[in-house]
Amino acid sequence: MSNNDTKAPANKFLTVVKKVVSHQMFIPIMALLILAIVNLAFDPNFFKITLGKNNAGNPILSGPLITILDYGAETAILAIGMTLVTAAAGGQDISVGATIAIAGSAMLRVLCGTNPSPDTIQAPIIVAFLVACLVGMACGAFNGALVSFFKIQPMIATLILFTAGRSIAAWINLNKLPVVPDPKFAYFGGIIPGIPVPTPIFIMIACVLIMALILKFTNLGLYTQSVGINEKSAKLNGINPILIKFIAFVILGLCVAVAALIKVSRISTINYSVIAKDIEMDAILAVALGGNALSGGKFNMWASILGAYVFQFLTTTLYKFNIASSALPAYKATVVILLVFFSAPKVRETIGKGFKKLKESIGKSSKGAAGKASEGEA
Amino acid sequence: MDEYRLLEMRGIDKTFPGVRALQHVDFTLNKGEIHALMGENGAGKSTLIKVLTGVYSKDAGTIRLDGEEVKIHSPQDAQNAGISTVYQEITLCPNLSVAENMFIGRGNGKITNWREMNDRAKALLERLDIPAKATQQLANCSIAVQQMVAIARAIDMECKVLILDEPTSSLDEQEVEKLFGLMRDLKAMGVGIIFVTHFLDQVYEVCDKITVLRDGQLVGEYEIRDLPRVQLVAKMLGKEMDDLSDIKGEHEAYHSPDADMKIFEAVKLQSNAGIKPFNFYINKGEVNGFTGLLGSGRSECVRAIFGADRVIGGKVKVKGKAVKIHKPKDAMKNGIAYLPEDRKVDGIIGDLSVRENIILALQVMKGFFKPFTKAQAYAFADEYIKKLNIKTASADTPIKSLSGGNQQKVILARWLLMHPEYLILDEPTRGIDVGTKVDIQKLVLELASGGMSITFISSETDEMLRTCSRLIVMRDRKVVGELSGEDLTQSMIMSTIAGGESDE
Repeated sequence: MSNNDTKAPANKFLTVVKKVVSHQMFIPIMALLILAIVNLAFDPNFFKITLGKNNAGNPILSGPLITILDYGAETAILAIGMTLVTAAAGGQDISVGATIAIAGSAMLRVLCGTNPSPDTIQAPIIVAFLVACLVGMACGAFNGALVSFFKIQPMIATLILFTAGRSIAAWINLNKLPVVPDPKFAYFGGIIPGIPVPTPIFIMIACVLIMALILKFTNLGLYTQSVGINEKSAKLNGINPILIKFIAFVILGLCVAVAALIKVSRISTINYSVIAKDIEMDAILAVALGGNALSGGKFNMWASILGAYVFQFLTTTLYKFNIASSALPAYKATVVILLVFFSAPKVRETIGKGFKKLKESIGKSSKGAAGKASEGEA
Repeated sequence: MDEYRLLEMRGIDKTFPGVRALQHVDFTLNKGEIHALMGENGAGKSTLIKVLTGVYSKDAGTIRLDGEEVKIHSPQDAQNAGISTVYQEITLCPNLSVAENMFIGRGNGKITNWREMNDRAKALLERLDIPAKATQQLANCSIAVQQMVAIARAIDMECKVLILDEPTSSLDEQEVEKLFGLMRDLKAMGVGIIFVTHFLDQVYEVCDKITVLRDGQLVGEYEIRDLPRVQLVAKMLGKEMDDLSDIKGEHEAYHSPDADMKIFEAVKLQSNAGIKPFNFYINKGEVNGFTGLLGSGRSECVRAIFGADRVIGGKVKVKGKAVKIHKPKDAMKNGIAYLPEDRKVDGIIGDLSVRENIILALQVMKGFFKPFTKAQAYAFADEYIKKLNIKTASADTPIKSLSGGNQQKVILARWLLMHPEYLILDEPTRGIDVGTKVDIQKLVLELASGGMSITFISSETDEMLRTCSRLIVMRDRKVVGELSGEDLTQSMIMSTIAGGESDE
């Protein structure tokens, strides 16, 4: 009897552990924890956040954690749209870096007019941002139309803007690099005087909240997953797969515009060939690190956003360890491959099965032990 | 008898996990004979063909070719032995020329003598009277010509046995005629042809003998003149005419003042799925059905009603009012629900939970901006899990981990939740256990007596007779008859499916 009593909680414990381990959020949270512990071990002050003053004398919080939250914002925002596109279309948009350049360039064109260094801005910032939103959504609509109406592979369809995007961006401003004269424009990528927390963090939180509300108060999640899992069934249930895929791309286009605002605001100007370089790969990785299948279907938005931060955390950590910048990608790749491996649905399933077996074997051994004990008594 | 036995298959057994696909099947093919291999889906036709062509290895039995035992372990072995196959889908390379397609992958592959190849191809095309140039790109030929090129390729490999697996399903009537001409020529040359098709008319037009399989067993081999159509259909379906003529279904009569209101009516409805325009109506509380052999167009008809295929003609009325149904959502708005034939491909959303699968259709009807709360969704799901006795661990279990019968019940629950006025069930009982089948049949009758109109399609005529009060009979993609009242018997269904003996 006593034997069984000790085994039962062990069994229960294993069930809970199995549930936790096989949850989609487990890998990204675990990765964040491990990164945090490693950092703490080498630098006890890693989590220390100090309140200082910047050059202009405004209060600003600083510390590695703030840096991570600040600089991961663009990837996190893009991960939102990328998750939807991945789920609905079963493919990825590789043009987001280039479309950020386009949207950013359009924003600068509105703000600065034809003069690359005007004394005042030519239009309110909100107007410039709305134009950027329209441009971003137009790019998304272009990609979305190719993928949904013409059934072109997402990667091929988005390859067009991936290739041409930065040239289009340069053309919008006739290859000049306008500088925004208004210090207010720098608020979006920096800080608002008096508020010590970097603005991108607020923007990111706002985007996540809006997405959470959309997912709660519309059927976007159900429709997108249905289309991604079984397009034919979805169609026979009255869903229009073409429209859903198209909408996913347009939403990503909107995310691109927001990311472009932050990116351009950080430097108050643009560099067509390097702005948001390779950010599409970071966003795709964020989706994968979150344990979402890149072939589409079921998705977990929060896991993708966490995935984006895992990636940023990793980058910041590597910088802290003074890894030579040329070796950086190799380190990143190693960690990423491990994370992606463990977050692959197949691997998680196998781990889950392993736990089941472990549980069964414990169950058996306890039964066996009980049997033997009773025999002994006889 | 001066018949020369070209191919003899004796005692062929083949077992797949859980299924005995072939049980001691014999098959004999003579020289210069066109031999039809008939049977409904799952009868074992394609398994037998695949054993013969080396795609599957047999578990037991012998294959003799020209009197000598041959061992066929791969498609290559079959080709070397002189057995060639032309499949339903054309398996050639459309971007190569006709001649290249005829000779690709043959010879010793070192050097290709283009001129010789083209000359040989030209000679062969002329001999078989195929209207194509040797150097023409294959993609530019019509489907029928492509099919013939595939046959020419097969024949040129010194073939003794030619297997044609549903070669006519994508051809129009004239193209079929051309193909038959070619088949007769080959027959005269002494090639033995095995012809697999679902079209009865074609069998009687071109074949000499028929071998019928059912449920993996040999039913028999018959001379074409000894086996009238009705008999053939009876053999395929496994019902003897005399036994069945007096079986009557247990119809529960339905009475209601509005029983003769036409819930749905279609005139000259036509879709892009290749069915002939058809007229159709259903009354309130009526259970009717489309019957016919596989490939006769049953499913295509109901898909056209639901707007699942693209509707290209015809007028539709719902409860007497003219409406337009272009897409499934239009049909749903008019109170029409459709449980599709292929559960896996068209029905379930595999990774989503039972709950999400159940609420999906109603949710779509309710609208994009009005999602059900979790509590509502759980209430709906739990209600129908209990009502239909769905065996699932919980409402959150992914539907793909349920058994086939329970998946089907979930899809049924999805449509019942919508409280449709007209429910279309396309093969709702296929591939599920007997208990569930009876459950579903009972449910159909119950729903109908509650005033729901139901169209029921099943490959099992028994089921249709038990549930339907009116049957629309289909053959070769057109409606050929309608049976109700006293005409609802197995024998009448069969003779209507088979069509007039006289129409040659």
